[in-house]
Amino acid sequence: MRRRAILGYGAGGVAALGLTLLAGWWQVDGPGALAREDDGRPLPLTAMEFDLVDHEGRPVSPDMLVGRPSLVFFGFTFCPDVCPTTLADISGWLDELGAAANELNVVFITVDPERDDVEAMAEYVGYFHPAIRGWTGSEEQIARAAEGFRATYERATTDSGDYTMNHTSSVFLFDAAGRSVSTIDYHEPREFAVPKIRRAMEQETEGAT
Amino acid sequence: MKHVARSTLVALLLTPVLATGALAGSEDVVVENAWSRASIGTSRPGAAYMEIRNAGDEAVTLTGLQSDLAMMSEIHRVTTDARGVSTMAPAGAIVIAPEETVAVAPGVMHVMLMHLRRPMQEGESFPLTLTFLDGGEVTVAVPVLGIAARGPEG
Repeated sequence: MRRRAILGYGAGGVAALGLTLLAGWWQVDGPGALAREDDGRPLPLTAMEFDLVDHEGRPVSPDMLVGRPSLVFFGFTFCPDVCPTTLADISGWLDELGAAANELNVVFITVDPERDDVEAMAEYVGYFHPAIRGWTGSEEQIARAAEGFRATYERATTDSGDYTMNHTSSVFLFDAAGRSVSTIDYHEPREFAVPKIRRAMEQETEGAT
Repeated sequence: MKHVARSTLVALLLTPVLATGALAGSEDVVVENAWSRASIGTSRPGAAYMEIRNAGDEAVTLTGLQSDLAMMSEIHRVTTDARGVSTMAPAGAIVIAPEETVAVAPGVMHVMLMHLRRPMQEGESFPLTLTFLDGGEVTVAVPVLGIAARGPEG
């Protein structure tokens, strides 16, 4: 009786595993991949379309990031806590990666173009790791960028009469082919970050061979 | 003469009662590891961090902060939802239980320094006064570290 129960569970487990695998295949490679309009993950960089300028005033677009693994995150320079913390953390990770950091694109896109013009972005990113690029542009193009990354942001008025921006604080990781690999969330333990970046960089090698 | 003596006696009797009654615990508050990041000019708000420890045996309530550096100082709490969206809002009064330490730390809470009167320059420090519900105050010198600082050590 007991053995039959165990066999029953075993068969159930195998069936469940089979279903999980089938569901995974369906979503990732199977017909589900086409139907998947929005699973909350960023689009591949190759499928995004927006035109911004970097902190040196040069025109930039997502296709320019393809070819090297990328770290992309949203923020604004009037942000007192989350953004400097994220930029400081990323600077630390890049220091830890050493020379390998030069193989990465690291992009900080503002969600507050009204205050973050090219000059403001240049001054701000200048305080952090030199690999970090600051991108800004028109409200409309920033909105298109956020949509591609499935990032959200909204303006919120503060007690002091100013405004602040609520925004997605995750760091998006892409492999060299421009595919979304993973995200580093603001509240996850920071020691997971560098291994995640290394994995995104390894995918480049796998893709190349 | 007799009247004066009686008043003095009354005052003497009342003094210790007032001292403990008026400052129920805030004299046992210890602020440690305070630090802040340098600002770019004065248009952006600044942020300061610290650990607030209640070394006493009564709960204390932090009700406000003041500094000559900023026109308005307030503790803000950051919350990040399931979609990864971070929102910041005033934390309100903070109750600190006996022997408890509240960490005002990056990503959790920060002292938001609004409308800076002068830029926060690396290497300087500024006084920040914490006000408690019992009327007590604790003033701490907050060192200003670099913009990319990640903790009290820099």
